[in-house]
Amino acid sequence: MIRLNRLCAGYFGKTVIQEVTMEFLPGKVTVLLGPNGSGKSTLLKASLGLLPLTGGEVLYDDVDIRRLKRRQIAQKAAFLTQSRNTPSIQALRMVLHGRFPYLTYPRHYGGQDYAIARGAMDATGSRQHENTNVSLLSGGQRQGVYLAMALAQDTRTLFMDEPTTYLDIGRQFHMMRTARSLAREGKAVVLVLHDICLALREADRVAVLQEGRLLCLGEPDAIYQSGALEQVFGVGVHRVDTPHGMQYYCVPQQVPGRIAEECQNT
Amino acid sequence: MSSLRIFSTRRSDIIFWAGLCALTLGAAALGLWTGSVKLEPAQVLDALTGRDGTSAAARIVLYSRLPRTCAAMLAGAALAVSGAVIQTVLDNPLASPSVIGVNSGAGFAVALVCAAAPLAQRYTPLVAFGGALAGVLLVAGLSQRTGASRMTVILAGVAISAMFSAGIDTAVTLVPDAISGVTDFRIGGFTGVTMAQLAPAAGLIFVSLGIVFSLSQQMDILALGSDTAQSLGLSVGPVRITLLVLAAALAGAAVSFCGLMGFVGLIVPHTMRRLLGKGSLSLMVSSALGGAFFVTMCDLAARVLFSPFELPVGIILAFAGAPFFLWLLFKQRGGRT
Repeated sequence: MIRLNRLCAGYFGKTVIQEVTMEFLPGKVTVLLGPNGSGKSTLLKASLGLLPLTGGEVLYDDVDIRRLKRRQIAQKAAFLTQSRNTPSIQALRMVLHGRFPYLTYPRHYGGQDYAIARGAMDATGSRQHENTNVSLLSGGQRQGVYLAMALAQDTRTLFMDEPTTYLDIGRQFHMMRTARSLAREGKAVVLVLHDICLALREADRVAVLQEGRLLCLGEPDAIYQSGALEQVFGVGVHRVDTPHGMQYYCVPQQVPGRIAEECQNT
Repeated sequence: MSSLRIFSTRRSDIIFWAGLCALTLGAAALGLWTGSVKLEPAQVLDALTGRDGTSAAARIVLYSRLPRTCAAMLAGAALAVSGAVIQTVLDNPLASPSVIGVNSGAGFAVALVCAAAPLAQRYTPLVAFGGALAGVLLVAGLSQRTGASRMTVILAGVAISAMFSAGIDTAVTLVPDAISGVTDFRIGGFTGVTMAQLAPAAGLIFVSLGIVFSLSQQMDILALGSDTAQSLGLSVGPVRITLLVLAAALAGAAVSFCGLMGFVGLIVPHTMRRLLGKGSLSLMVSSALGGAFFVTMCDLAARVLFSPFELPVGIILAFAGAPFFLWLLFKQRGGRT
């Protein structure tokens, strides 16, 4: 399990994340919410050791991340990045590279690696693109291949940075279903989402970030009740009980400052 | 159905590789056989196998055409692979050793040494390697440090390239006799190249090619982007530096005997990427073969087109390469980001 303890991190000497303490529980889908620039992506990258820490610690099974090699980190946590390259490579070959952290000299992928890679492609529904060049796939299909590569890493924790942002609604729901089923298998699944409603409906735990600090962390219902989302995003969040379960929706909130501005304009 | 598709891709793979090997070998054979003096294939064979080492025909083959063909193949392979590596490491399809100032860095170092210390000429490949390394590290460092866009990196490379070129011109203007065949050196050519001159550069090229091929898996992963590569357990920094050093060694070694040869490093990897698209190993190997083929054929054209006069091969390469580069530029602008 990965724990953050008073974590501070940032870019080029500028601290973005301040004193965040939380843990990513196995078997749970944890969603990070927060406005643009609140440090969600930075938190993910710092948790993966992709950014230097400026304070605090990241603990992988109680071992400080600074004492782990890249390969060791890669065996414990996988990462689906937000922006992705379009390499010119056969899809199966790319998914096989998910086994890279387990290779020892002379670094040849064996039968077991192929089986795991194909299984991961089955799980993300990208098996039919096995022999296709990744650069010829659509954005959604390519994301499936990238996710398959992350799954082939066979880690206890999976981080995904805005995995639903560029997907159509059907694929968004499919992505969340995949996240849920991975959590059921015992993985800790950590997502950054921009869709508050999707997060409240699908997450087990929601963490709300504001200006690099962890404002609150809890079950969706508790976060909804707390009013933290209204405060952070400046919108009204409501819900209705429907035959399809609790559905959340957002409405614009009249901000005092904005009203004054509008009065001046008229 | 799907097994059929695998079979057909495998078959087209075999056709591709067989064709490419045949073309490369064919170009080598043509390079030895063709020229301003007409020879019979048997004469060429006799010269190569050592059955005939004294006739005029044998001398032409052994001391003119063989070193020239070897030089063309080595330079083509080295520059094409260097370009493919630089494009992968900088994640920039417009990069190549001649565009970002690697070749001119090597050329400047060579010109400087030839002008200042003519006796040190046998160290030319090493000197050229040093200059190429300076060029590649300058551009890579700039792009890394500032997080510059792809276009900015290319522009920075062009500026660095212009600076090194001015340095070359200064050296050859102040010490006119520094480099024999200045035109050949500025444009790229193989006139008067000898086996003794080739040997050290060839060693550097073969070793570098071997290491590049062995790092193909790492290059595959690097091509996924820095964050993804690191999260897969790759130590991105050291791998990048290693690859850039290898790219510099390849380009520097080539420049040390053929001068500033442009466009091979750009055209060949792009063509191969388009034809294959399977991953880094096939890209690197096919670029080596394709580069060797392309430069050998261009050299042949340079020798034969206006025979008995000879053009520096760089001219032919530029005539073939420049339109391709323009096409690539406009495709890039209209296509993906």
